Amino acid sequence: MMDRRKSIQTMILGVGASALAFHGCKPEGGEAPAPETAVNTDTNYFGRTPKELERIEKLNAEQLFNEHEMETISVLSTVILPPKEPFGGPIEAEVPEFIEFIGKDMPQMQNTLLGGLMWLDHKSNTEFGVEFKSATLEQQQQILDTICHPDLDVPLDDQPLEIQFFALMRNLVVTGYYTSKVGIADLGYKGNSPNVWDGVPDEVLKKHGVEYDPEWIAKCVDQSKRNVIAEWDEDGNLLT
Amino acid sequence: MQIKESPEVYDVIIVGSGAGGGMATKQLADAGYNVAVVEAGPFFDPADPKTMTQLKNPYDSPRRGAGTTRAFGEWDQSWGDWHVDGEPYTTEEGTTFKWWRARMLGGRTNHWGRISLRFGPKDFKGKTRDGYGEDWPIGYEDVKPYYDKVDKLIGVFGTKEGRENDPDGFFLPPPKPRLHELFYIKGAKKSGIPVIPGRLSMLTKRINNERGVCFYCGQCNRSCQVYADFSSGSCLIFPAQKNGGKVRLYVNAMVREVTTDEEGRATGVSYVNKEDRKEYKLRGRVVVLAASACSSARILLNSKSKQHPNGLGNSSDLVGKYLHDSTGSSGAAFIPDLMNRDVTYNEDGVGGMHVYSPWWGDHSKLDFPRGYHIEVWGGMSQPNYGFGFDMDNFNKLMGFPTGGYGDKLREEVKRYYGAVIGFGGRGEGLARKENYCEIDPTTVDDYGIPVLKFNYKWSDIEVRQAKHMQDTFEEITHNMGGIYLNKPGKDKDYGLHAPGEIIHEVGTTRMGDDPKTSVTNKFNQLHDVDNVFIVDAGPFVSQADKNCTWTILALSWRASDYIIDQLKKQNI
Repeated sequence: MMDRRKSIQTMILGVGASALAFHGCKPEGGEAPAPETAVNTDTNYFGRTPKELERIEKLNAEQLFNEHEMETISVLSTVILPPKEPFGGPIEAEVPEFIEFIGKDMPQMQNTLLGGLMWLDHKSNTEFGVEFKSATLEQQQQILDTICHPDLDVPLDDQPLEIQFFALMRNLVVTGYYTSKVGIADLGYKGNSPNVWDGVPDEVLKKHGVEYDPEWIAKCVDQSKRNVIAEWDEDGNLLT
Repeated sequence: MQIKESPEVYDVIIVGSGAGGGMATKQLADAGYNVAVVEAGPFFDPADPKTMTQLKNPYDSPRRGAGTTRAFGEWDQSWGDWHVDGEPYTTEEGTTFKWWRARMLGGRTNHWGRISLRFGPKDFKGKTRDGYGEDWPIGYEDVKPYYDKVDKLIGVFGTKEGRENDPDGFFLPPPKPRLHELFYIKGAKKSGIPVIPGRLSMLTKRINNERGVCFYCGQCNRSCQVYADFSSGSCLIFPAQKNGGKVRLYVNAMVREVTTDEEGRATGVSYVNKEDRKEYKLRGRVVVLAASACSSARILLNSKSKQHPNGLGNSSDLVGKYLHDSTGSSGAAFIPDLMNRDVTYNEDGVGGMHVYSPWWGDHSKLDFPRGYHIEVWGGMSQPNYGFGFDMDNFNKLMGFPTGGYGDKLREEVKRYYGAVIGFGGRGEGLARKENYCEIDPTTVDDYGIPVLKFNYKWSDIEVRQAKHMQDTFEEITHNMGGIYLNKPGKDKDYGLHAPGEIIHEVGTTRMGDDPKTSVTNKFNQLHDVDNVFIVDAGPFVSQADKNCTWTILALSWRASDYIIDQLKKQNI
């Protein structure tokens, strides 16, 4: 078994100010508790089992889209979700690389993706005599405007391939962007970091027209005493 | 080739390292016994940075958290899900069962929801209450002292509410509700449905200097690196070792059968080492099965001998019978008043519900006999694969333009972020002899061990309960000014999850006073073989509208005390 304290000391190097901010309250008397949080700074690991890592390596060694198709995906994703300062867009979010990987990871998408890309070029060549990626933004939008309104009352699978393709691409671009570092910054998500939850801010409660019941709140954790070891009387009433 | 036999004779061999096995390990090792723990998966420690998924960002993975290799998403800390490589199971035609197995030290406790509810007095006496099923041979008063001890040893937050069938315990204080939970409280109370703080085993307050305190990342399903949630390895097995206990871990060791002597008493277990694919034997004075309700039944049924031709402990022919899972039906609501959230704060909270609704119904006015509780989810959670999909559904509900692309997508994402509330109704399904698992003689796993075949069907009673869940979710949604999404109707059995999908399977080796109608006695000891015990959920006579883990832990502790007593008296 690994030495936990040592591993935490190694990992604590990566903890930012937010993690340290709430270590103010020590237990009354006795030794200060071990640091409460640890952030693994080695980005090579993301908790995969050896078998899972093997699968990822295998997929990485394969190629789904050729260079032209990757360029088309880059152009298309940027039309779907144009970059915005200061958060960038699909390119900064590595959306094309994500779509290449997910297409191999979920092979059931491959036909729609590959077929859809061919449809885009065929359509662009027919209409404008140029491949989609080299068409003007206006021409690209003209094409996309014909496929970006699926009929919400009909199952997507029953609609033409190009409609399915666009719906899938739009989902992948949005999810790829908002699961990236720049997309999360744009979204404003503040979680996935050590903190002390002490309720919804007052202004947010007001904005949504709700309030805390004082009786309920009285039973909730007093965060200033979170590090004081719990003790109860024999009826289960918390004493500390 | 000859089977290799260990020279050492253990006092106790424990098969499985989840909640039941972990608790037996802790109690028996603390009492000074020499214990072997045999786990079918590899070693796992939530604090090991190599396997850790806690605090990872979606972009740490090329698939951004998608569930391609893990059914509950890439970060879920369960090695194995509905499918385990090389370990199939089969189902009788026309029936369904979904079986989740986690092959790792600590088993499913590494990813579970930590909802830690005691069974109430009525839950032990189902037959007396409404005529269905059977009463337990024990009552709440027998288990209460152990629930109390489990609360103090492991830690659970909650509040004293004085509810008759939802007994209070030794609680840590709960976290304050999140915004969507305030909406839920308002909506449920309008319909007279009670809402109380959640009861989950996370440390909102320190309980000792060995385990950390919750830092509110909302990721308990990833298993906590500071041991602030309950996992069997971090809270029971490692502390037992640290305490100087004689605990020998055998990992990647797939138990085939319990071995017996001429008198039919257990002598130990035989297992297949998954690494060298050879069979080994361990010898022990007592064998404790904690492999999960179905896996322990499988081991018993595969342990055939001259003395036990029908499988070990199976003279009643009831091993595998009365298999039952919790019922479940789920729903989601879109709440316009939760649109356009203020994202300036972190509302991850604990990894689970800060509030829930315990069962409130009056069965004299209902067309089903047993209840359910409602779990609530929602909020501004970490975006992972699937985030932002199909926003047109919401556009349509709100009368906004659908389709399109461009900057409007950014607006839509932010408009709808955190505006959905989810409901999980989790209830009691009835224990029936007709629902069972048995050995499939035609199929073995990669270790040559015959596998289980399941035969399980819900009855109309469970379907009617699911309908009540759906109608209730819809009503609460309307009370919140929301729009209920995709309500399943009769054609879909009102969204009733397939048997097994709630992952609360129990009942396969039920306890009782009569050896003809039960497999174990009230101390989890086989009627047929006095040195074999079962401390997973197999001995449950009935589920409750509660999750089963806290009761597994309490009963495993109680059985361990009994084993210690019997060993001291030299009765076993």
